[in-house]
Amino acid sequence: MRARVLVRPKEGILDPQGVAVERALPALGFEGVANVHVGRLIELDVEDPAQLPEMCQKLLANPLIEDYEILKGV
Amino acid sequence: MKFGVIRFPDSCDEVDALLACERVPGATAELLWHGDRDLHGADAVVVPGGFSYGDDLRVDAIARFSPVMESVISFSREGGLVLGICNGFQVLCEAGLLPGALLPNVELRFICRQVDVHVVQADGPFPGECSAGEILSIPVKHTTGRYYAPPDVLQSLDAHGQIVLTTPPDGNPNGSTNDIAGVRKDAGNVFGLMPHPEHAVDELTGSTDGLKIFESMAARAHA
Repeated sequence: MRARVLVRPKEGILDPQGVAVERALPALGFEGVANVHVGRLIELDVEDPAQLPEMCQKLLANPLIEDYEILKGV
Repeated sequence: MKFGVIRFPDSCDEVDALLACERVPGATAELLWHGDRDLHGADAVVVPGGFSYGDDLRVDAIARFSPVMESVISFSREGGLVLGICNGFQVLCEAGLLPGALLPNVELRFICRQVDVHVVQADGPFPGECSAGEILSIPVKHTTGRYYAPPDVLQSLDAHGQIVLTTPPDGNPNGSTNDIAGVRKDAGNVFGLMPHPEHAVDELTGSTDGLKIFESMAARAHA
């Protein structure tokens, strides 16, 4: 099964990449942008999707500093 | 006593760490390959800086699963002294040997400069050869050095005297929480820091303050 894992900085932890993007957009004329966060997208084919949460906990994300979201069958 | 210095693929400071260890009177040092579970009789272990496994995925996500790290984790549980420098600090955090995590520097830039590091705690093996309040001149060189721990963990670190090193608030190079530059495990035998003591062991490069970290280890290691 094709799956996607979205990994984001945990809420409340300063995300300098998000801040940089948020500052850059108005400079290009895009107003009304807030709460920008930059994370990463991991795409993978898995035989057993039930293992995805453990994969996230152990390797794909660091649960102390990152939240993850699993999207199956994409 | 004998130091073991781990070499991961893409480590880059292991030779400087080895040479720093060898400068400690009465000490020998040996490189330990990441694929080898045998610590070769080391009395203390150094996890050096670099870009272990190319920092693939996330800084140090992979290194903690290497065979040698299994042995380092067992060694630390038996009370063995383990020092993690920079990338090695990140490895120890990812391995769960130290609390917290390292995030990208607040300015998102690579920093390479000498910093004044304040010794907050000087009891125990790390860094027993220093005095509390002492200032060490040691270089930092990193992109991912912003120490972070959740508020409850920070409170516990503070209460148990686990915050060993800080940088002055006006000289914090990476935006770390509470200006933290180095923390230790509650048992005191595992210590991680972002500055590089192995690059401050010779007057030629401006400071020998880093040598005290290695001397502290040698003084307390079970020889």
